[in-house]
Amino acid sequence: MTDVSIDVRHVTRVEGHGNIAINVQDGEITRLELAIVESPRFFESFLRGRMYHEVPHITCRICGICSVGHTTTSVKAVEAALGITPSEQTVLLRKLILYGEELQSHFLHLYFLAVPDFLGVGSVIPLARTNPDVVKRALRMKKLANDICGAVGGRHIHPIAIHVGGVTHLPRDEELTGLKRRLEDCRTDLAETVGLFATLKPPDLRRDTEYMALKDAGGEYAFYDGDIVSTRDPTPTPVARYRERVIESVVRHSAAKHCRSPQSETYAVGALARFNNNHEQLHPKAKEAAKALGLQPPCDNPFHNNTAQLVESVHCVDASIELIDELLRRGLRLEPLVKPQRYGEIGAGAAEVPRGVLFHEFGIDRQGRVESANLIIPTGQNLANIEADMRAMVPKLIDSELSKGEIKLQLEMLVRAYDPCISCATHLLDIEWQGEGT
Amino acid sequence: MKPRIAIFSLTGCEGCSLAILELEDQLLDLLGAVEIVNFREGMTEKAWDIDIGFVDGAVSTPEDEREAKRFREACKTLVAIGSCACLGGINTLKNHQARDDYRRYVYGERAEWFPTQPARPLSSVVKVDYELPGCPMIKEEFLQFVKDVLAGRPFKLPDTAVCVECKKRGNVCLYEQGICCLGPVTRAGCNAICPSFGSKCEGCRGIVDREALLVAGVNLREQYDIPLEQVLADFRLFGAYQEGDLP
Repeated sequence: MTDVSIDVRHVTRVEGHGNIAINVQDGEITRLELAIVESPRFFESFLRGRMYHEVPHITCRICGICSVGHTTTSVKAVEAALGITPSEQTVLLRKLILYGEELQSHFLHLYFLAVPDFLGVGSVIPLARTNPDVVKRALRMKKLANDICGAVGGRHIHPIAIHVGGVTHLPRDEELTGLKRRLEDCRTDLAETVGLFATLKPPDLRRDTEYMALKDAGGEYAFYDGDIVSTRDPTPTPVARYRERVIESVVRHSAAKHCRSPQSETYAVGALARFNNNHEQLHPKAKEAAKALGLQPPCDNPFHNNTAQLVESVHCVDASIELIDELLRRGLRLEPLVKPQRYGEIGAGAAEVPRGVLFHEFGIDRQGRVESANLIIPTGQNLANIEADMRAMVPKLIDSELSKGEIKLQLEMLVRAYDPCISCATHLLDIEWQGEGT
Repeated sequence: MKPRIAIFSLTGCEGCSLAILELEDQLLDLLGAVEIVNFREGMTEKAWDIDIGFVDGAVSTPEDEREAKRFREACKTLVAIGSCACLGGINTLKNHQARDDYRRYVYGERAEWFPTQPARPLSSVVKVDYELPGCPMIKEEFLQFVKDVLAGRPFKLPDTAVCVECKKRGNVCLYEQGICCLGPVTRAGCNAICPSFGSKCEGCRGIVDREALLVAGVNLREQYDIPLEQVLADFRLFGAYQEGDLP
């Protein structure tokens, strides 16, 4: 193996700023870093001193792509601290907007960020000329997902109507029936998408990895609710005890902290982690899609995270249709926000957001102000695992016949397969030191 | 020749860049009218001779400052998009706290590894030709801006307050429910989206102007017994950088 130096400055088609730096000397990897060079954001500091009801409005600004996910996780954590139990209607509406965002983010990632690599182009833009039907389909699907978020939350980016204790706006019945019709039509678009992805050949990389996700005791494929499980430790741990399963550390080359678990130095979260832990709870149509795509649990090829995203999209479309039926059957009525039952405690919340399990924890003081905040972001949890994948990939890539450009592309594709959300990841708390200089 | 467009990001959530992609119905027409030549989040190719550059995010690190200058040099017209680039935005929450305190709270003893500075709008570092505020930027306003520029028409932000749009939509005033809303002092153009979905206006588009602020201050005190100081305190969420310019 020859000496190699790889330097990708700002990996493109990901959210936020990240670099890849790899040096190989005499066949030894002397440096391998996915450097997170996004500015530190300090949200945990921002939150201190703000009133509890402002928390979801502040945390949603962590990320434009997954702002519904941050909102959802925040309201759950604040409600846990304040002893609030939201109404059933509120939970149904929150699930619907969360499905909307899973779809929005998965469609964005599959079509705009990942597919160009497989079709050998630098972006989706040239596809508008060469494959206009594909681009129109992608836009139609993404718009539907945004409109679900808009109907429930007012807009997708930084939703307005989702509050601690309930919602301040209800979608009209005709909005819901319109969305249901479009979701039914979307099944055709999804079938074509499954057809397209079935023809793409993800690179072959297998590495024994721990996959962590929430699992819903009620039997739903977990997005909104559940306990923490993993493929190496399937015992459910309640979210309130998340620190037993997720151990953070600061590393020098990354403004986002790294994570490990009690079982593993690195682990993965995200669509593939959910699929590996919860595939039995998938909607039958999603199971059919997995079969058509050749995705079988347990799958330890990180490039199949994209495949799992598509399988989940099929699930979310049918789960949304069922939710809308349920909401229409019950009839919607505006409810007052549930008031705090207590102050002065700490509460944790979690949800499965597009890139994996997200944890928020807030301490609320006796005046209702935030005293402490801890946010653990899916991309932060994945960073060390991406580096471990690279370590496994690099020697094989260097020994292959691939050109340096092709090697770079494969490494970038690996990063993109995880769909990292770097702006989200650059602000984490709770520190356990790694060795000096790491 | 089609104008060459770039979309850049500094410190922020990139929601304003994403808002451009959320113009699903108009995106193909937009791609027909302009050429996007630099957009890290969406494409791999990069070019540095740019007619119109859009920048989201605040200037929050020494690196951001260098980047902002690089964007200015590369772009004939530079446009700040979103509250972060126009006002400093949500990032300015850290400006109220001691730097060592907020850094240590997040990174502990390793705080020195992560350089940071008070968050500022793009215009504090380089000349900015236009601003499209909002958290996120209003995508319809972005589209209007592009149409105006392509047609050689002047572009101007609304100079009325959110209250005006809120009244037009027939919403019940939040002050009548005892909620202090920033609608009377915030620049219109969002079609009063927050009050229309049951939330108060949080001032993400910035203060419409000083005069409106003073008038609103008098009205709010007389009508609802709310002092101007409370309105300004609420305004800190997105607009702390403006504080020095306020009464």
